[in-house]
Order: sequence, then structure tokens, then C-alpha cells
Amino acid sequence: MVERLGTLRELRDALAARAISSQQLVAQALERAVAGKSLHHYVGLRSKAALAEAAATDARRASGAARSPLDGVPIAIKDNMVQRGEATTCASRILEGFVSPYDSGVVEKLAAAGLIVIGRTNMDEFAMGSSTEHSIYGSAHNPWDLERTPGGSSGGSAGAVAFGSVPAALGSDTGGSIRQPAACCGVVGLKPTYGRVSRWGLVAFASSLDQIGPLARTTEDCALLLQVIAGHDRRDSTSLPEPVPDYTAALTGDVSDLVIGIPVEYFNAEGVDPEVLRCVRTAVVELEKAGAKTREVSLPHLRYAIATYYLLATAEASSNLARYDGVRYGRRAQDVRDLHELYRKTRSEGFGAEVKRRILLGTFVLSSGYYDAYYRKAQQVRTLLRRDFEEAFRSCNIIATPTAPEVAFRLGEKSDDPLTMYLSDVYTVSVNLAGIPGISLPCGFAHGMPVGLQLLGRALEEAVLLRTADAYQRRSDWHTRTPPEVA
Amino acid sequence: MSSNYEIVIGLEVHTQLATRSKLFSTAPVVYGAPPNHSVSPVCLGLPGVLPVLNARAVELAIRTALALHCKVHTRSVFARKNYFYPDLPKGYQISQYEEPIATGGYLEIETESAQGEMHSKRIGITRVHMEEDAGKSIHDAASGAGNGSLVDLNRAGVPLLEIVSEPDLRSPEEARAYLRSLRSLLRYIEVSEADMEKGQFRCDANISLRTAGAPRLGTRTELKNLNSFRFVEGALRAEIERQAGILDAGGTVQQATLAYDPASRRTRVLRLKENADDYRYFPDPDLVPLVFDDEKVESVRANLPELPAQKLARFEQQYELSEYDARLLTANRSLADFFEASVVEYGQPKPVANWILRDLLQLLNTRDVDIEALALTPALLAQLIRLVDAGRVTARHARELFPELAERGGDPAVLIRERGLEAVSDGGLLERTADEVIAAHPDSVERYKNGEEKLLNFLMGQVMQRTQGKANPQAIRELLARKLTRIIHETP
Amino acid sequence: MATFTHAEVRRIADLARLAFSDAEAERLAQELDHLLAYVAQLNELDTRAVEPTAHALPLATPLRPDEPEPPLAPELAFGNAPQREGTAFFVPKVIDGDEG
Repeated sequence: MVERLGTLRELRDALAARAISSQQLVAQALERAVAGKSLHHYVGLRSKAALAEAAATDARRASGAARSPLDGVPIAIKDNMVQRGEATTCASRILEGFVSPYDSGVVEKLAAAGLIVIGRTNMDEFAMGSSTEHSIYGSAHNPWDLERTPGGSSGGSAGAVAFGSVPAALGSDTGGSIRQPAACCGVVGLKPTYGRVSRWGLVAFASSLDQIGPLARTTEDCALLLQVIAGHDRRDSTSLPEPVPDYTAALTGDVSDLVIGIPVEYFNAEGVDPEVLRCVRTAVVELEKAGAKTREVSLPHLRYAIATYYLLATAEASSNLARYDGVRYGRRAQDVRDLHELYRKTRSEGFGAEVKRRILLGTFVLSSGYYDAYYRKAQQVRTLLRRDFEEAFRSCNIIATPTAPEVAFRLGEKSDDPLTMYLSDVYTVSVNLAGIPGISLPCGFAHGMPVGLQLLGRALEEAVLLRTADAYQRRSDWHTRTPPEVA
Repeated sequence: MSSNYEIVIGLEVHTQLATRSKLFSTAPVVYGAPPNHSVSPVCLGLPGVLPVLNARAVELAIRTALALHCKVHTRSVFARKNYFYPDLPKGYQISQYEEPIATGGYLEIETESAQGEMHSKRIGITRVHMEEDAGKSIHDAASGAGNGSLVDLNRAGVPLLEIVSEPDLRSPEEARAYLRSLRSLLRYIEVSEADMEKGQFRCDANISLRTAGAPRLGTRTELKNLNSFRFVEGALRAEIERQAGILDAGGTVQQATLAYDPASRRTRVLRLKENADDYRYFPDPDLVPLVFDDEKVESVRANLPELPAQKLARFEQQYELSEYDARLLTANRSLADFFEASVVEYGQPKPVANWILRDLLQLLNTRDVDIEALALTPALLAQLIRLVDAGRVTARHARELFPELAERGGDPAVLIRERGLEAVSDGGLLERTADEVIAAHPDSVERYKNGEEKLLNFLMGQVMQRTQGKANPQAIRELLARKLTRIIHETP
Repeated sequence: MATFTHAEVRRIADLARLAFSDAEAERLAQELDHLLAYVAQLNELDTRAVEPTAHALPLATPLRPDEPEPPLAPELAFGNAPQREGTAFFVPKVIDGDEG
């Protein structure tokens, strides 16, 4: 099988040194992606277009007009970020045939930097899931153990990076969908502060929680990619106007000012694999040895986070998904007698079971008579959670937790009971509710599978977060491990 | 009998704001374009699109709220109204629900009492809020696919202001007066063209009946899609009759939405409202609250065009008009502007006011048009008045010519000549005619001598007849009076 | 708090324009009931004096100048249309009532 690709930094340097051409890189990436087809990381590859773009990059570079140091590096994006002229399905039947007439903000930024999208990655339908099993393209597989899920909903992106068909990929995170798959696949995944990256062109799941972020094998790579995609977008009313700092320059390795908060609730939670806890504690100790301080903090409302999340996210989703009706684009049911039947049949046939379940719950939450008891209540608890973090961050500047209570689970293991699946998001959802940034990075293995350390930072302090993660990676080598090659 | 009951009417008006782009999308606001030729990804509700608020729409909303004496809320929230319909691309409409941009204002209208007196009445405004328009569904698509509707989203996303009145209206006439006033005001402050034919000013009515003195309101029904002021009045009358009929028979009115059929002049139930629609309103998570400061409100206030009430007061003072006359002249902006321009042309307000209040208004009412529909210009009007002043035409003849001049324009002097209406100002002719008339009616002269002064009018009429009305009545009167006086003094 | 009955599933499904078989509706009623029981724990918290959070971070209202931009080329506007007539989207008739 063709070799796995190097990191973003390695490829960037190789291109600059003319050791390799963009066309070679893109061809290699495509070949590796095809070779790993059975892992279902991709829903589609745009081979012709990618190679043409690579040729253009090489020409630019030859004449000294490279768009950026990353010009010509192949990358993958999740199938919920629109790209002009490309099919976007969100792994759903209901968007079959939809070709976007416009580019998302992140795609524009990738293009401006010269990064080449070689393909669109698999996901849970409309980003609803934690395993990338709810997809019309079939379940994705974890490169570390093909019988296990890569996590979700950005399981395709995480898997592709772990498998090495691309150095990095973009994912989206609403309740952990970047961080949890990153942990499952032993890669680095960052969810930025809410509003740091434009949502223009990101197919909405839960508008007040969604964010796009990078997945890569190193923190440095994540910093490089975040640098490309972060920034204000006037087409997104929730986009933050603050200027984007130099994230790479922040990677100084210095941890002397770090105070790492350890939330008692996280580490005392039920249902956490003690092996996972062990890896995470060991990682924190490593940072202490490097000079960081630790402190116990409390997030008293943490155990209400999942309930809060599922009420708010499903409510927003039920409204965001109302536009999928077969009228203007996507799949339309055949043989319908009237408009009412058109709606019902199109949507019932077009959406998978998990999506329908969430739409129902969300519709209920917003419905007359229940709004105050459920939706409004959840928004109030959200305030309490936000305050918990604000309070905790008064005595620390980083918070450390496991990313997930257990390692990647087996395919089909959680499919029966939705609640069980939801409970695996316990460490990640509170972060989206509070709007703060979070990163997951590999910190060991349990039962042969990667374990993720999650670090959380204050709003708009991605630089501190990245510095901490990078400092850990200078003192560990978990991120250099790669899964066994698939035959 | 409807007269047994007190009528309670509330009106909801949707007006399109005069912006160039849509409320949350940058697509242009257009009329008459081919279907779906003025849409952006946002208008189409494509996956991944997001709304961004139009600053001018906010300004126009604040301006309207101020003109309606509302409390402007410096914080308001956009909420999603969720329902399914083909002309609603996102499956929800972005509107305002619990926290609208303005509440608690009023509009003054002129109504006629039972005794025929005009008086002012204040109609409360409950709220003003911003929302986006839906697209258009053209039903019964004829060709090819048959049996369906065609959806055009050019209109989807156009900014609307919803203005809700308190149920303070007590008759269809008041309702009409309210709509007239409101429309005029919106045009006055340049917030909307408010052209009903273009769908820029739409009205829904809520109406209920109750026995006089009853403390609670009766069950109300909703009348939708009322496309003109006449329809509004007709629909309300029809619905009043319908409800009165039910109540008279001892029945109860059911909550429903009705449509009006102008041909049969009846209202019919479209939909019973047993189950209120569950719109599942919630604040739009793609938007943040609309917040501005008091300075913003004050700057909009400072830039308000002169409001009808201010213009009224100024007209009274500046042109020394009665309140009644000033009110009529300021009833709509274009008429007020016409008046002022005419005064500039002519130099004096009173004659101009007379002509407008008497002749122009009558013409406008008869033809049921606005002044823009006429060819009359301030210069033309001034010219006509000056011709009368100069005695070139009698006032009466000038008034006869007025409708034609106003509708078709032209040169008044030429028109007078063409119609052969040039006034008789030849003093000799008038003298002779007066003498002829006096000689022809000795008994009238005798009766005049004996004190019946009103016979002067009869004699005047005779002179006017003999001069085909082309002589100035005042001149005739003076001439006759002089002659008669001499006769009296000369007779022993 | 509410419970999810079979009838409730039907009512909500109707609002969301989704159709389910009886068996599916039954199963969904149980699942959703289970979920509702779980989220009921929020009632343990006294939130009477707590402001709801719509957005985690405070943001000034972004406003856009009233400048129209060129609309989508018509072929792109209805290029994805499942069914159309001319440049308009075609939908089947509404049988009764005003809404679809």
C-alpha cells in the first residue's frame, strides 16, 4: 500500500524544499484514500479537480507565487461543509443529488491558502451521533481496530488523519464531534471558541453550539490549520470580530504560567474506564513535571450538561432541518398525491432513525405548553454551566479532563439505546454549551486503543490551549504512534 | 341585526419596507422579475446559509415606531416562527415575538359621528415588529405538470413591518379611515411606497361583536387577504352581518379564518381555528438580539420627515388656515406638497387653498385617485387662478374647466379660448345688458324699490343669462345695484 | 413532566411532517419517554432567578449596509430543483386547509 502522508509541517517543508510536488502529494493522498476504501472514511473523492488544482499550485510555486506556505497540501473536509460544484449530503439520503452553488467560508479560506480538498469525509447523518455509524455510506472504521468505530460525528475526518491519507482534515463539533473522534483515533482535534471560525456554509445542526475545527496528528499542525480558517466572516452574525493571533508563534513550550484545573466531577464520574483515567492523570503529571501547576476545581452543574445539551441541540436542530422538504433541492418522494404527503414522505424516507428521533424530541421541546419547562429551563441551566466555567477559570487557565469515558467502542455496540450513546458525550458537551475552546490529544492507550486527554481554555484563548497541548507533545510521543497498516 | 351589537375591530397591517436589499439576505428587492431571478442562497434556504440583518430596515422600523408614538425598545429579539409551506424556504419565518422592536403607540384618525361631524379618534397601536416576507405561491399551475402550485421566491426575505392595532375600531368606516391614515403616514415618512397593488400594504382584520355594555369581547374571527380599502370595508360589513345573524339566532360564533368574496359580498370560512397553530417560537440562534442605544433612536427622530401632525400645525400657522382646512390639505403628503408648491407659484395661500379644497379634492374623491394620477401641476393651477383674477374668465367657468384641465393638462388660456368662455369684460355691453334687463322687468324693479332686496339676484341672473355667464357676477351685481339705486333716488 | 404517549408521538410527528408506522411510533414513544425521564433531572435545579443563555458569548448586533449584491444566476437558483416549471419550483396541490 502507498505510504501514509507526513504531517502538515513536514509536507509544507517538503514542498518548500521542492523535495516533492503538490501533484505527487495529491496523487499519493488519493491513492491512499482509495486503498483504505473499506474503512469508509470518505464519501467521495474529487480526484480530477484536486489534481488540476495541484498542477496549478506547482506552477504557482515554480514562479514564486505560492499562495501560502501550505499551498498545495492535500486536505479533507467533512461532508457538511458546502463546496461550490460539489455534492454535499451530510451522509443523508435527503440531500441526495444536492450540488452546492456556493462555497462555505472555510472552503474559501482553504482555497485562499492553496490547500487542496481531495475528498469529503464520512460522518453521522447531519452530525448527529458519536460513532459515524449513522451514515448512508455505511459505518466508518477505526484504523486502530477495524471492528471499532472511529467515534463521531467527524469519524471520517479523524479516521482519515489517523490512517494517513491526509495530514489534516476539517471536522465540526456540536457536542464533541471533533474531540471525541480525535480521542478514538489517537489524533489531535480542536474545537475553537464559538464564533472563532465562520459557520457560513456549515450545514447547521445546532446553531448556537456548532463550530468547525481542525484535526491533525500534531498540535502544531492544528495551529497551522486553525490559522488558516479562523477569523471574522460578515456573512455569519455569530462570528467573532476579534483579530486572530499568531497561533504558531504561541507554541513556545513554556508552561510556567499554566495552572491546570482538575474538575472533581469529571474524575469522580461514574462509568469512566479506570484505564482511561489513569492515562489522563499520568498526562497531567507530565505537565506538572514540566512546570505547570494543578489545582482542584469544581463544575457543580456538570452532571446536568447532557440533559441540557440534548434539549437545546435537538430543539435547534428540529428547526434547522425543517428546510429539508423536497421542494427546492435534494431528494423528493415519488408518487405523492398532495403537498402534505410530499412533506411527510420525503422527510420520513429521507432522514435516518437517529435524525428523526432528535427532530421529534426537539419539536416537542419547543412545542406549546412545554417550551418553558424544557427549552427555557435548559437555557437557564446553560447559564449555570457557563458560570461554573467562569468561576473555575478564575483560579486556573486550563482545565484537563478525559475526552471520553471510554475508548472507541465496537461497531453496533451502542446502537440500541440512544441514551447510552448520548451519555458518552459527558465530557464534551459542556464545552459547547459554554462556548469555550477545547482540544483532544492522545495521551496513552487502554485495551490497545488510543485515549484522549481533553484540555479546555478560556474563550478566545486558543493560543494558551495550543501552547499547553504542544508542551505536552514535546514531552510525550503518543501522537507519533500510528495504527498498524491495513493489509 | 348588527345594530344590536357593538362592533370591535382590530387591524394587522404588513407593509414592505423601502429597502434595496432584503432583510437578512443581500439579494435585491425587485418587482415583476421572472420567478427566482432575485434570490441568493439565503433566500433559497440552502444548507449552511445564515442571516445578517439589514441596517436600513432597522432604521425604517424605528422611524415608523416613532411616527406612531410607540415606545421603541432598544433591545428586541428575532424569533423563528416554525411552519411548513412551499413559499417558506427555511420552514420557518424570522420574525419577532416576545420582544418586538416597538410597542404601545397610537394613530389619530378622522371619523364622522352619527350627526355627520368630523372628529379625531385615537386608535391604539399594540406593537410594531420586523419580519421577513415569504415567497409567492401561484396556485393551479395550468401547464404540463398540472394540479399543483408554482413557487417563486423573489419575494422571500423582503423586509416587512407588522403593525398591530388595538381593537379600538368600532365600524368598517373607522377601519377604512385607519388604513387610509396609516398608509398615508407610511408614505409621508418614506418608509414604504405602500402600494396595495404591489402587495406593499396588506391588511388582515380581526372582528368580533358583543352586546353593548358587555364587559368581555366576543369571539373574534380573522379576515385575510384584503386587497383594497373597499374590500376591507365590504368584508367587514359582510362579516358583521354574518356574526350578527348567528348571534341573533342564539348561536355562538366560532373562531375561524375567513376570506371575502366581493362578487357575492359574503365572507366564507376558510379554516376553523380549533387547534391554534403551534409555531414553536424561539429566539433565532443564528442571530443575536437587536440592540442599539438611545442615541440611535434620537438620531432617527431628528431625521424624521415632517409628520402629518407637525405639518398640520405649521399649515394652520404659516398659511393662516383653519384646522379643518389644514387637516384636509395635509391628509396626504403629495397633496400637502402640491399645495405648498402652488402657493409658491401663485404667491397667496387662500385662493389656492380654496381651489384645492373645493375643486381638486372633489375631483380626487370622485375619481378615487391620488394627485399623482392627474396632469395638474402647481404652475397650471396658479395660472388658472390668475386668469380669473384678471377677469379673463369667470370663476364659474374656470371651475367648469377645471376637471378637464386637471386630467389632461394643457394651457388654461388656450382652453378658455377654445371653449369660447372668455369673460365679457366690455363695460359698454354690460351696461346695455343691465339696462335691457331693468327695462324688461319693471315689476321686479318695483318690488326691489319696495324693499325686496333679494330680487337683485334675479336681475343678476337675467344679465348672466344674456351674457351666457361670461360676465363677472360681482361686476354685474355692482352695476345693477348702482343703476337700481339711481332709479330709487330719481323716482319721486 | 410530560410523558410521551403514542398519541403524543403522532401529534409531534405531524408538526414535524414525519410519518411513522404504529410499531415505530410505539418504540419512539418509549425511547422518547425514557429520554424525557432523564432530562427531568433539570427540575432539581432552582433556576427562577437565572437568565437563559441564548449565546455563550456577548456579541454586538452585526448590521449590514443596505447594498444589494448580484443574485444567484437562475440556473444555479433552481439547478437543484426536484421539479420545476420554467424557473419556478413546482409542488403538488394542497388538498385542504391553508398550510402544507
